[in-house]
Amino acid sequence: MASGIRDKVAILGMGCAKFGERWSDSAEDLAVEAFEEALADANIDVSQIGAAWLGVAFDTVNIGPSGIPLAMALRLPNMPVTKVENYCASGSEAFRGAVYAVASGAVDIALAFGVEKLKDTGYGGLPVRTRGTNWDMVGVVGSAPGHFAQLASAYRAKYGIEKDLLKRAIAHVSVKSHDNGAKNPKAHLRKRVTMDQVMNAPYIAEPLGLFDCCGVSDGAACAIVTTPEIARALGKSELVTVKALAVSTSNGWELQGSGWDGSYFLNTRVAAKAAYQEAGITNPREQLSLMEVHDCFSVTELVTMEDLGVSEDGGAIKDVLDGVFDADGKIPCQIDGGLKCFGHPIGASGLRMIYENYLQILGRAGERQRADEPVFGLSHNLGGMPNQNVSAVVIVGRDGA
Amino acid sequence: MVGIHAFGGYVPRQRLQRNAAYAATGWFAPGLKGFAKGERAFCSWDEDAVTMAVEAARDCLAGRDRSAIARVVLASTSHPFADRQNSTIVKEALFLSDATAALDVSGSKRSATSALIDAFHAVAGGAGDTLCVAAERNVAKAGSEGEYNSGHGAASVVVSKGDGCAKLIGTHSVSIDFVDHFRKEGETFDYGWEARWVREEGYGKIVVSTIVAALEKLGIDAKKIDHFVLGSSMPKISEYVAQGSGIRPEAVADTLGGVLGDAGAAQPLILLSHILERATPGQLIMVVGFGGGCDVILLETTAAIVGAAHARGISGYLEDRAPVDNYVKYLAFSGLIDLDKGMRAELDQKPILTAQYRERKSVLGLVGGKCTQTGAVQFPKSPVSISREARAIHTQEDYPLAELPAKIVTFTADYLMFSPSPPAYYGNIEFDGGGRMLAEIVDVGEEGLEIGTQLRMVFRIKAIDDRRGFSQYFWKAVPERRLSTKS
Repeated sequence: MASGIRDKVAILGMGCAKFGERWSDSAEDLAVEAFEEALADANIDVSQIGAAWLGVAFDTVNIGPSGIPLAMALRLPNMPVTKVENYCASGSEAFRGAVYAVASGAVDIALAFGVEKLKDTGYGGLPVRTRGTNWDMVGVVGSAPGHFAQLASAYRAKYGIEKDLLKRAIAHVSVKSHDNGAKNPKAHLRKRVTMDQVMNAPYIAEPLGLFDCCGVSDGAACAIVTTPEIARALGKSELVTVKALAVSTSNGWELQGSGWDGSYFLNTRVAAKAAYQEAGITNPREQLSLMEVHDCFSVTELVTMEDLGVSEDGGAIKDVLDGVFDADGKIPCQIDGGLKCFGHPIGASGLRMIYENYLQILGRAGERQRADEPVFGLSHNLGGMPNQNVSAVVIVGRDGA
Repeated sequence: MVGIHAFGGYVPRQRLQRNAAYAATGWFAPGLKGFAKGERAFCSWDEDAVTMAVEAARDCLAGRDRSAIARVVLASTSHPFADRQNSTIVKEALFLSDATAALDVSGSKRSATSALIDAFHAVAGGAGDTLCVAAERNVAKAGSEGEYNSGHGAASVVVSKGDGCAKLIGTHSVSIDFVDHFRKEGETFDYGWEARWVREEGYGKIVVSTIVAALEKLGIDAKKIDHFVLGSSMPKISEYVAQGSGIRPEAVADTLGGVLGDAGAAQPLILLSHILERATPGQLIMVVGFGGGCDVILLETTAAIVGAAHARGISGYLEDRAPVDNYVKYLAFSGLIDLDKGMRAELDQKPILTAQYRERKSVLGLVGGKCTQTGAVQFPKSPVSISREARAIHTQEDYPLAELPAKIVTFTADYLMFSPSPPAYYGNIEFDGGGRMLAEIVDVGEEGLEIGTQLRMVFRIKAIDDRRGFSQYFWKAVPERRLSTKS
């Protein structure tokens, strides 16, 4: 019987580059920026790292194939470097690889890395790409906003909600994240926006307007992980440990089967349930201190509140408008500004989320720091689209909690 | 005896308002003002002769057992492929047996009447039921007379042994190299000669003399003709030929010039199909095709004509229209103007021919799978069933989805994804009886879409590979619209 990952692995150090349109910096520059911060935080030498996992999603523009670009950028002494790709959940996958390597005892210290240089495409939004030989003949490649906008029509139909009410609720999601991002020096977008601005922005894919969509940016983030014993031996007294790592992947049921109504993420529900069990969390709404969710679009964040079980089904609109997820609310969501303000350099995003939870639990979040001493931080990293996706739920927390 | 046993048609939904064309080009060609009335049908960016042929054939075959079809013949002067059997694409889209013969016919505006005559002969000789389809997507130069007068459309008939709803009385053909217009291989536009010469020497002499010879050969008095069908882009030419041939003026069939335009090679079959919708038993119908000679076909309706027009037909498709006042939109859909598509359109659409062949039932036929163990329906077929009830492997039978109604589960209007006709509508759809797919939704009207909107599937171009000159076909959904003239 598997015992789960809870408290078997601790975070020794983390780093996060400033996200944004880093026109003058290469992927290597971004990688080094994040890595040097993590290395200093961990207070180790690069030679102490036993293996590395690199999460990157796009091939065509970006760093190219294999783990070699990371090994070269960081001049890692010849060690196993594994590149992982699992759509937008690639960052969480890199973290999972490193954490599992340490938990298995194969290595003492492992590196999880995510980097993505997307602002070399020549246009806004995510790069257009093939989805495989067969899909390209019978599927719709679509755009990310187009796929996620469908949540809105389905959610409205399911709960009989007026267009305007949902639009206001998702606008609140974006206004809240911009408020938070304004306080974060590493965020890409640091301007507050008003409800009117969000509500009146041009449509990208109805009902999603410009401010309902996260941006695309360049960025890098990483984590150095080890066992709690080694972390303490290296002089760390306050530890943030991994409580749960859960991933669920679509097998085609939502797309091809029958029964899914298009208003929720099956995999997030499955992954959240598994993560809570692994972490020993029985009442997420009461026990979670913080959430960093995959707010690629405002409506994604809204329905994810229900998928994660922190809002009742059909109750997310009320919770959002009541401010439950605001920075000063019951469970802040995107207290760092989220994808909304960081942008979404795919491979880096999952690790950027964990980075904020790590800082908050250690009381190092500066102006954004929650006063109530956070215990459990959940990050939710979603790859794909509503009808075909990979959902990763990572919970980190105070050692012993 | 042989005859026409079923008929159908298709007209694209977009209708260019001719006064809008004149408003845009009248400064350049003021002499064409007389043509600036009514409307003409034109293809959306994702339609061509093959896709229209498929729709016309489906209309014709609605409710019929397709297994009887032994041959598919497609006539057009605008076949999308010069070397790839276009009629075979139609066969695949209709999910007909591989043991079906297929033949492309082309070369002139009478290619459809010649194909129909050939079908009568072939069926009489034992060739088996023949699906004879004609489709045309002719493109005229901007600001030309042809732009006003041409139109896009398709029609289809099933020729079979027995009288059917319109039995064959006889045919007559002449071949004469009278070049009123021409278009060299690879060229887009026709080059035509003076209209007065074409009218007097072509229609007035060649066509009239062929009709007179046909009537004499068949021993029929011109006055007995109840419906006279002649497709031409020239105004009043049917009346002119009828008068010269002794055919009663009231027998002259509506050429649909004001609502559709002249669909070239397809026009005689479109007009025939349109007449068959309203013909009564015992009527004589003459169909004439002109181009490099002349074909005359004489048919007589039977008692079976009553109720034979059961599908949408030409009338139904004519009613389902979207007036287009935006001349530039017409130019864009016709490939006559190069709008900036943006970088998102640069995605390589190279066809993967091995995969397309392997998956041709799914791609061209929209054939899914039905699990024999659980009954689960899915698209496309896969080694392991989608069913959650059992892990069933290699249990799916072919399950054609194209003719099944569907409804919207979720949808979007996407302004970011590249589409030649933004916004791109797509969503998860579910077929009646099960089976889901993510589908593009086209021909969306002003009424928009809702969850639960009823859909039907249409065969369209999915992507165009300009670099290699390939059209990738697949199925899309259109909102089902209730028509006043059809149940």
